Amino acid sequence: MAPRTLLDKLWDAHQVTAETPDTPAILYVDLHLVHEVTSPQAFSELRARGLRVRRPARTLATLDHSTPTLPADAAGSLPFVTPAAAAQVDMLRGNCREFGIELLDLAHAQRGIVHVIGPELGATRPGMTIVCGDSHTSTHGAFGALAFGIGTSEVGHVLASQCLLQRKPRAMAIEVRGHLPPGVTAKDLVLHIIGNIGVDGGTGCVIEYRGEAIRALSMDERMTVCNMSIEAGARAGMIAPDEVTFAWLHGRPRAPQGAAWERAVAHWETLRSDPDARFERSVSIDAGAIRPTLSYGTHPGMVLDIDAVVPTATDAQTQRALDYMGLRAGSRLAGTPVDVVFVGSCTNGRLSDLRAAAAVLRGRRVAGSVRMLVVPGSAAVKRAAEQEGLDAVFRAAGAEWREPGCSMCIAMNGDLVAPGQLAVSTSNRNFEGRQGPGARTVLASPASAAAAAVAGHIADPRAYLVEEAVA
Amino acid sequence: MNPIRQLHARSVVLAHENIDTDRIIPARFLTTTTRSGLGRHAFQDWRYRSDGTPDPAFVLNQPEAQGCEILVAGRNFGCGSSREHAPWALLDAGLRVVISSEIADIFRSNALKNGLLAITVDAAAHRYLLRHPGIELRIDVVAGHITLPDGGRFGFALDAFARHCLIAGIDQLGFLLREDAAIRHYEEQHAA
Ligand code: SF4
Repeated sequence: MAPRTLLDKLWDAHQVTAETPDTPAILYVDLHLVHEVTSPQAFSELRARGLRVRRPARTLATLDHSTPTLPADAAGSLPFVTPAAAAQVDMLRGNCREFGIELLDLAHAQRGIVHVIGPELGATRPGMTIVCGDSHTSTHGAFGALAFGIGTSEVGHVLASQCLLQRKPRAMAIEVRGHLPPGVTAKDLVLHIIGNIGVDGGTGCVIEYRGEAIRALSMDERMTVCNMSIEAGARAGMIAPDEVTFAWLHGRPRAPQGAAWERAVAHWETLRSDPDARFERSVSIDAGAIRPTLSYGTHPGMVLDIDAVVPTATDAQTQRALDYMGLRAGSRLAGTPVDVVFVGSCTNGRLSDLRAAAAVLRGRRVAGSVRMLVVPGSAAVKRAAEQEGLDAVFRAAGAEWREPGCSMCIAMNGDLVAPGQLAVSTSNRNFEGRQGPGARTVLASPASAAAAAVAGHIADPRAYLVEEAVA
Repeated sequence: MNPIRQLHARSVVLAHENIDTDRIIPARFLTTTTRSGLGRHAFQDWRYRSDGTPDPAFVLNQPEAQGCEILVAGRNFGCGSSREHAPWALLDAGLRVVISSEIADIFRSNALKNGLLAITVDAAAHRYLLRHPGIELRIDVVAGHITLPDGGRFGFALDAFARHCLIAGIDQLGFLLREDAAIRHYEEQHAA
């Protein structure tokens, strides 16, 4: 057989019917994740056509986008931002009941952001096809799954048929050579990559991240990288599973056990691109040259090293972005005053992210001018963080410690940045108004975000980590 | 879905590149549980000033834009989220076609499933259309070309299956459900 890429292998294994020039392939979906925002119209469609959910056991629902991150009041009622948000949550409950789908409801011990809980549960596994009405489904590709976001019509397709009509995307390789320098994280790496290939650099493609620097990443870090593949326009990102993946998954509640585990690992070990497999596009990145990287504009491809100066706009649109951000060409990003710091989201809301932020904050205070919000990615992350006392570190520093959810990443639930305020955020999108109308967003790693919170302005996180090491 | 074979309308131009889905429909309007009614929030934060009044400087608010059903947009239109609310909002706002040199994958797929004709043209055609707002365009989905008022023509790219579904008014869910035997066969072969 001709050498195949990881994408080829996953594609071939899930093809119900192959594509032809006139028709797309029918692709079987192993796991369908559902949340409250992009599903109501799909369930309505099923109801209107008298259809059932074909494979409820392959469907898992959670509540994350429009849910409050403040606890219930004394009367037990949750502070939903609007009645519409509460109604949307209730609608998912009703739909899950009616169609027999498992819902991890607000009080559930394993609820959380859809892309955080899939892996945590071991529901996300190598070799699977995973979809969700959410573009950051690319996160799950970190396990060697083919995972991508779909629209609401397609949510309906999968509910009703467990399949999707898809043209095969092109395979793109991003090889990351060498080692990330100390104090440089997976978030810096992925921002650097998007800056390098552009916000449409991956359009039509599935990116396979490869190379020494990728192999050296933890699962949390791999998820951060794959998560932001969509910000480069890619359909999905993926990393071939290896010992790191297997060790991470072993013993998870929904991972196979005993003999089934051994069989699964034997299969997973075959999930890698063959040595001579052909990629339609290849990019090579030197990890050693990457510095703490932050966004300065209004899309995730406008990024800078922490010590670089804001470049001169060469077109009206870049100028508009600089005006929106209130940045001047020639000025340094470091030193820019900050109003809000957000640590959380499916990009950087896992335990290791909270540890990284806490490492900077421990024994320090959030600057008086800064509001800092820390939102764990899931109930499990929250519990684990509290067991290690991270919540105490955040609280002592003056940050707010919240209930899990998407929160300020998408600003649907009332957690938002006020017009004109500048937020340093560990989330994934810095589009105009993403964090609230008129809000300005600088994307950064958890360490950079925490450094900004302490300094009151954008600051090099390495300065804080060095002190730490010396002390 | 109603078949779409030919379309004849005036264009309006939003030349910005990378117009993202948060721009098309901000997240705060996504708590809706229906498909309709999003049109009044399309491009909300461009269309309205902070006091809620329409911004006369925004192109879609200008008198010439009224009744235009074709949006010519800068490169990489619809990037960002998978929210189908974006094409719903554009359709509800009266648009029927989006033309660019590049359209984000998920947005394009969502748009076509809803009968919003999302098509790409080459760089030269794109430049021409960006520079000529307000012209009448005749779009022939069957033949795959756009005719200019002077009779000039540009071809456009559209996936063969999407084209077929648009022309015949085929709904893709119905198409999938008819493949039930193949899906069942696959499930039997892959039963764990
Ligand atoms: S955290 Fe942000 S990006 Fe992730 S699923 Fe929630 S809204 Fe989407």
